[in-house]
Amino acid sequence: MDVLARYESLVDDYEAFLAACERPLPQAVRVNGIKASRPADEEDAVERVREAFADEGVEATPADWNPRVLRVDTDEPGNTWPYVHGWVHGQEEVSALPPVVLDPQPGEAVWDAAAAPGSKTTQVADLLDDRGLLVANDSNLGRLSALRSNAERLGVTNVAVTNQDARNFSLNPFEVDAFDRALVDAPCSCEGTIRKNPTVLDDWTQGHVESVAGIQKGILRRAVQATTPGGVVVYATCTFAPEENEAVLDHVLDREDCNVVDYEVGLETSPGITEWDGEQFDERVREAKRVYPHQNDTGGFFCAKLEVGE
Amino acid sequence: MSEDDPGADDDREDDPGADGGCENDPERFERLPATADERGVEGRATRQEVVDFWDERFGVPPETFEAFTFWEKGAGKVWALHGDAPSPIEVEALGMTFLRTRQEHWKPTTDAVQRFGRAATENVIELPREHARRFVAGEDLEPEWDGDWGYLIVAHELVGGLEPLGVGLFTYGTLQSMVPKGRRRDL
Repeated sequence: MDVLARYESLVDDYEAFLAACERPLPQAVRVNGIKASRPADEEDAVERVREAFADEGVEATPADWNPRVLRVDTDEPGNTWPYVHGWVHGQEEVSALPPVVLDPQPGEAVWDAAAAPGSKTTQVADLLDDRGLLVANDSNLGRLSALRSNAERLGVTNVAVTNQDARNFSLNPFEVDAFDRALVDAPCSCEGTIRKNPTVLDDWTQGHVESVAGIQKGILRRAVQATTPGGVVVYATCTFAPEENEAVLDHVLDREDCNVVDYEVGLETSPGITEWDGEQFDERVREAKRVYPHQNDTGGFFCAKLEVGE
Repeated sequence: MSEDDPGADDDREDDPGADGGCENDPERFERLPATADERGVEGRATRQEVVDFWDERFGVPPETFEAFTFWEKGAGKVWALHGDAPSPIEVEALGMTFLRTRQEHWKPTTDAVQRFGRAATENVIELPREHARRFVAGEDLEPEWDGDWGYLIVAHELVGGLEPLGVGLFTYGTLQSMVPKGRRRDL
């Protein structure tokens, strides 16, 4: 089926949306302050990375909304000195959004519920200044090795990696009663990655969407429960499907003490939708943000910021 | 090469997952004792010994590691965690793989050297760019070096600073690249 046609009524400029979905994604890297910064001097990590790229003939242009994200004019950012040294991590621009919205503060305890392969985990570690307990969990043992190797190359030392089902995650191994913040970068149908994986929609089924949505609801509920009153939970997917986005928020708003709140980010976005396929959602899901590929020339994304009730 | 040659072990690739043959539960991390007086497990390195190793071998000041705790998982693999955790703790990974102990010549990991090696003042060999390329590709080199044999921090100059690349094993005029297979690159 034509999966994207489901969204014709949601997108402001459907032709531009389709055209963007067919274009390959620009190459981007994220600057990793843990290794690119030199505490002893004042030089900015971003400038140091850009200079190192320039020495190799690679132009690196900071994104307007996040100067730590650089668009690079090479197809192989992995074969550069900044990569070898862990100064950068290859990461799609819009995927750098959830940790920014999470806004972790150095020293806090943070849970990344579905962490592998670790792009956002390592970004959270960087925002934490590599201080405080960062628990990176993934239920898929096979994907943990990618998480671990990314964390190590990027010099992360404040992470504990666990292999639990996030839906009934136990904090028992740790001396914390609750996390200050939690990130749910949920497993999803990945429709928004179509620019990177043109075949991603080939195996799309409504049944898979419904089944993954069930998992998402379980993980997000557990994240709200495991976060301290007043704490922040960020829910993100790389899909357009409302079943996996607003419907998940609606489900959790109905069952856990939390709220969806607005946030500022310098990207063009669309608000969360309150109606889909005959179903009405809690009005608060409007505060979530949808990112369509044509809006900022990125992949597709969904990101909501939740505050846990006091 | 002699029997106790530090290169004779099979951990040229510091794959943190390759814990074959260890006697401990591989998912159980235990904090290193502060000093030998507090040591409960035979052969386990102490925090003091670990900090002294970096200081004596590479001139990395002990205060570099003030905020870190050290953990052993499996036989001899020491991990560094920024902060602390209950000991023992059963998790998949805790901080970063840091140092291979329980062998005559302790060996830092590539990641530890990249993370902490900028503070090193001794046993650091600086390579020109072309040699640095070959080193990260996993090639052995024959550089000019009249310092100590054994594990060296290998570095090169990058945008105005000396930046550690990894660990090299220097013996008999040859610098063997210890860069793990998964980290090698053709630049």
